[in-house]
Amino acid sequence: MTHPWTITAVGDVTADPKRISALFPAAGRGVGRDPVDPERDPLGLVLGTADDAARASLVQAFIAAADDEAAAAGLAELYRYGDDAERRGVLCGLNAEAQATDANAGLPLAEPIVASGRELVADALRTNDPRLVAAALGAFAAAHLDQHGWRHGMLKALFMGIPLEAVAGIDERVDDELARMAAALIAERRAAGRDISADMTRLATIQTIPGA
Amino acid sequence: MRIFDPHIHMSARTTNDYAAMYEAGVRAVVEPAFWLGQPRTNIGSFVDYFDGLIGWERFRAAQYGIRHHATIGLNPKEANDPRCREVLEVLPRYLAKDGVVAVGELGYDSMTAEEDEVFVAQLALAREFELPAMVHTPHRDKAAGTLRTLDVIRDAGIAPGMVVVDHLNETTVAAVADSGCWMGFSIYPDTKMDEARMVAILREHGTERVLVNSAADWGNSDPLKTRKTGQAMLDAGFTDDDVDVVLWQNPVAFYGQSGRLHLEPVPGFDDTAADVSGATFEGNSVLRGARA
Repeated sequence: MTHPWTITAVGDVTADPKRISALFPAAGRGVGRDPVDPERDPLGLVLGTADDAARASLVQAFIAAADDEAAAAGLAELYRYGDDAERRGVLCGLNAEAQATDANAGLPLAEPIVASGRELVADALRTNDPRLVAAALGAFAAAHLDQHGWRHGMLKALFMGIPLEAVAGIDERVDDELARMAAALIAERRAAGRDISADMTRLATIQTIPGA
Repeated sequence: MRIFDPHIHMSARTTNDYAAMYEAGVRAVVEPAFWLGQPRTNIGSFVDYFDGLIGWERFRAAQYGIRHHATIGLNPKEANDPRCREVLEVLPRYLAKDGVVAVGELGYDSMTAEEDEVFVAQLALAREFELPAMVHTPHRDKAAGTLRTLDVIRDAGIAPGMVVVDHLNETTVAAVADSGCWMGFSIYPDTKMDEARMVAILREHGTERVLVNSAADWGNSDPLKTRKTGQAMLDAGFTDDDVDVVLWQNPVAFYGQSGRLHLEPVPGFDDTAADVSGATFEGNSVLRGARA
């Protein structure tokens, strides 16, 4: 069920898109920061947190209410001047948009927003914060990140111990090169006497269908 | 012993310090924005620093079970450099952030006209954003600087209960006590204030409105001075509750006025601070691989 704070805030952004800059930092105070499903996902890396969901709704309302160029610039600004939770919120919003686009094929995300989103994802993948890296590897990256960048993002997820459950589009995007990279990581960890995770094995041994 | 260090510059410390602080009972900190040792020369340098305080540093602390908060402001030393003044324009953006619990560190360094202007402007921001203000007292000419500081605070019209005046000693405590402001004490290895002197001040002035911090940074300082002060209080006959008032309840009451403290245990660290012996990082499997 959508939190009443979010319903009001989405209404505000729809009426005046500029309001998002004040509402975005306040989302955690408005709806809390608890994981959506604390039993299954205590850190909120896979299913997100209450404030992730609120910010994703704000981003979606913002994209719907502003013109494409303004939305692209506005998202870049929210991310650039956001704290860690706000940056994650922008990425979650892009993921929600990518999922919505997927569900209504024929309404693709506008090119300026995709271009801006790619830059934000690239920035998040350079950080060392697993919450940002996990959100950067969601549905938006699955749909729009180049293959080289996506593979390196996936390898980074393995390094950081981010559960593959948290990332989107593995079955569609995995390739032999990523399987090779994962196998090399396993070899390196074995040589060092370190643990091998089930996720590493999964990517190293994943079967890709030739020609698919 | 549960500890809230209300003034510590963690971005100048290592993760070993975070681990030792957790072991000692520290569960929450406030990191005031301050001078970096090397003077900044442009606004971008501040912006990246502020972003670090509300981003990477908060994350780094949480990996060790500690809730990190920040105060944001233009410090007095750099208020004198015209290249840094424009940082005042970006402060409102940061003062709206989660986990930003005060405007600060403010106050005087050399007591110049520029410092006056920037100090007053930031006290006005504290009122506008309904945030407490963290005000430090100068290293040089401290007693005179403290009196001038209290005059400026009074003239600014901010409620004294919303202000902490920090780095106090025997010569400055009485004036601040009378002003109604909170009294901050930085316990250092060999300057400012030490544990034994702190205990004497607590005996004389009581525990009300007193905040004890380590103010640890990149200089000669010790992030466990809060714990050591708590122990010195117990050794001197103060009760466990007195220690809890000074090291936990007071900072929670003062910074809680921001409405932005976040004190629930970090997931994976759901122990009680009273019993830290069994604390481990094992419950925190996702973060294990990436601890900074």
